[in-house]
Amino acid sequence: MNFDYNEEQQLLADSVRRYLQKDYDFEKRKAIVASKAGWSEDAWAQLAEMGLTGLPVPAEFGGFGGGAVDLMGVMEAFGEALVVEPYLPTVLAARLLARADFPAKREILSSVVEGKTRLALAHTEKGARHRVDHVRVKAARSEAGWTLQGEKRVVAGAPAAQHLVVSARGPEGVGLFLVDAKDAKLKAYRVLDETQAADVRLRGAKAEPLGLGLEALEEAIDFGTALVCAEAVGAMKYACDATLEYLKTRRQFGVPIGTFQALQHRMVDMFIAYEQAKSIACLACSKADSSEGPGERKRAVSAAKIKIADNARHISQEAIQLHGGMGMTEEMKVSHTFRRLTTVIDQFGDADYHLERFAAL
Amino acid sequence: MDLNYSAEELAFRDEVRAWLEANLPQDLRDKVARYDPLSKDDLMRWHRILAKQGWVAPAWPREWGGTGWTLVQRYIFEEELGYVGSPPLIPFGLAMCAPVLLRFGTEAQKQRFLPRIYSGEDFWCQGYSEPGSGSDLASLKTRAIREGDFYRVNGQKIWTTLGHYADWIFCLVRTDPTVEKRQEGISFLLIDMKTPGITVRPLILMDGEHEVNEVFFDDVKVPVENLVHEEGKGWTVAKYLLGYERMNTGRIGASKRELAKLKAFAARKKRNDARFRDRLARLEVELMALEITNLRFLDQMRRTGQPPGADVSMLKIKGTEIQQGLTELMLQAEDPAEGVELSTRLGPRYCNMRKTTIYAGSNEIQRNIIAKMTLGL
Repeated sequence: MNFDYNEEQQLLADSVRRYLQKDYDFEKRKAIVASKAGWSEDAWAQLAEMGLTGLPVPAEFGGFGGGAVDLMGVMEAFGEALVVEPYLPTVLAARLLARADFPAKREILSSVVEGKTRLALAHTEKGARHRVDHVRVKAARSEAGWTLQGEKRVVAGAPAAQHLVVSARGPEGVGLFLVDAKDAKLKAYRVLDETQAADVRLRGAKAEPLGLGLEALEEAIDFGTALVCAEAVGAMKYACDATLEYLKTRRQFGVPIGTFQALQHRMVDMFIAYEQAKSIACLACSKADSSEGPGERKRAVSAAKIKIADNARHISQEAIQLHGGMGMTEEMKVSHTFRRLTTVIDQFGDADYHLERFAAL
Repeated sequence: MDLNYSAEELAFRDEVRAWLEANLPQDLRDKVARYDPLSKDDLMRWHRILAKQGWVAPAWPREWGGTGWTLVQRYIFEEELGYVGSPPLIPFGLAMCAPVLLRFGTEAQKQRFLPRIYSGEDFWCQGYSEPGSGSDLASLKTRAIREGDFYRVNGQKIWTTLGHYADWIFCLVRTDPTVEKRQEGISFLLIDMKTPGITVRPLILMDGEHEVNEVFFDDVKVPVENLVHEEGKGWTVAKYLLGYERMNTGRIGASKRELAKLKAFAARKKRNDARFRDRLARLEVELMALEITNLRFLDQMRRTGQPPGADVSMLKIKGTEIQQGLTELMLQAEDPAEGVELSTRLGPRYCNMRKTTIYAGSNEIQRNIIAKMTLGL
């Protein structure tokens, strides 16, 4: 039993945090969000420089072959700083590509490690409401090869991606395909948490079959869920820290408002909710990496997402309430953290979805 | 990061589990499972079985009967006791008076009291709260006046758990009402319950059971050799004890057992609608998180060697909320037509468990502690 990150994990998390504090503070982030692309190539190059883009990629392609626990500290730091670059989509798609066998594998994964290529996982469809097997995009085979037909929605990171990993239904059920982003028609937009997403229309797009199906997709989504939990823990930490600081500095009736017991107890409950969230995120990331089998993994990940969704809502709402009117304003970072945590609640399944899955296990 | 116990720790857990399975008398196990009240004889029978095995006071130093187990082993042992559903080990002697004597007592006090606590010959109770001093404990008024080689004690204690079983009571008393800082006028006294002038009066709680008492002191003469630490230093002793008392209030093992029981019960009663199932799942998830939180604190203690800080108040708050949540769902799972069960067993149990968020420092006091000590508010 040991809840520490190992030396490498800690060093990486520390250097990421240092970089974010120096070059990705709230003002810089604001400028990035306001830019045309809505994310920063410079920042991405920095992340690659620190080795983050190689973290999930196996060593034979120049990466480090890291798991969820290796990524956990990084995701926490991203959550605190509200990083908008499409890191998680790239990680999830890269892990899937690493499991597959196809001609351009080495080329694409090496390029991901070098920071030149970004990826996205295009899976969500209209009406799916998080059901993993709800896939209507059609995969058809002809002499010229495979093509895809249909539409994916709210594909995180797609506007910045060169390649998409797309789930589609073929003659033998759900499979995963690699699609060049240029072959898809994207309608890009900014979602509530200020990251970039796109609806992706596929009209006979050329596709490379990856030989992976539902099982791989479920594993990838669970892995992503565990990492989103870790990211949420970082965002919760910022919400708690900022609120605590505000209670100590904001004065009313001649005293800091943190001297009022009504507010103290609410702050304590936020702090407890954060610690509980952190604990369950540790469990999810550990089980996402463990070899105990999909049953244990699903149970831990769903438990975590239930707790994270509940506590993200609790902490984000209380953070705004305790900040009062200032918390409502765009100029306070905490209002952006609120938007991120609100998005987290639904990402990869809300509490209701995971309650169903948890009960069925 | 590794959330699992080591192979040695798992072997230790299996050994403890097997021993408990083999040595916990069936009638006691049944009583606990049925939420029946436990008699003094029930409690002490189990105490003596553990004492004979050498496991009744694992945390004590070895020379006094401690096991020399690691922090993690002690935690595992406590959790297994809860998980198997054993009668509780009453903490007043083993986990409260004894640690105080070991830390502050004279050699004579240790020699006199510790062996009898270990064997179970002396049953101890706690004299802290008073009618006017609950959460505001430092306002206590029970007066002890030094008269030569004894103290004359007058006053009243309340909520004295199992005081009607007790041979001894450790008390916080006021020895100096004049000091400006009221905490400095408090002392820690050991009082023989057979001393003339002591009256124990039952307080029957809403579950109909006699668990707590009022204890009256009317010109009770206590030898000065029963003073622990220095006169006026009782608050220091009490604060040391408060940290100790909250060590195992997460009660993860016991709650895991209750959860398993609740699941089986709900299945048998066909209470499986989505509304109920979701409430149950949310409680289970909270318990899963709390177990990790508990282990995180344990890991931190092991590495830093620091005693549990204010963060442990969190274990008390969440642990008791979960315990209460479980009793609430148990009531809901029962078929409303089972009036006898609801009236005689589950209802009273539900009533009784409301105490958990009040005792040992109410959950509001715990929030005050976290606000002050951890958050600096």
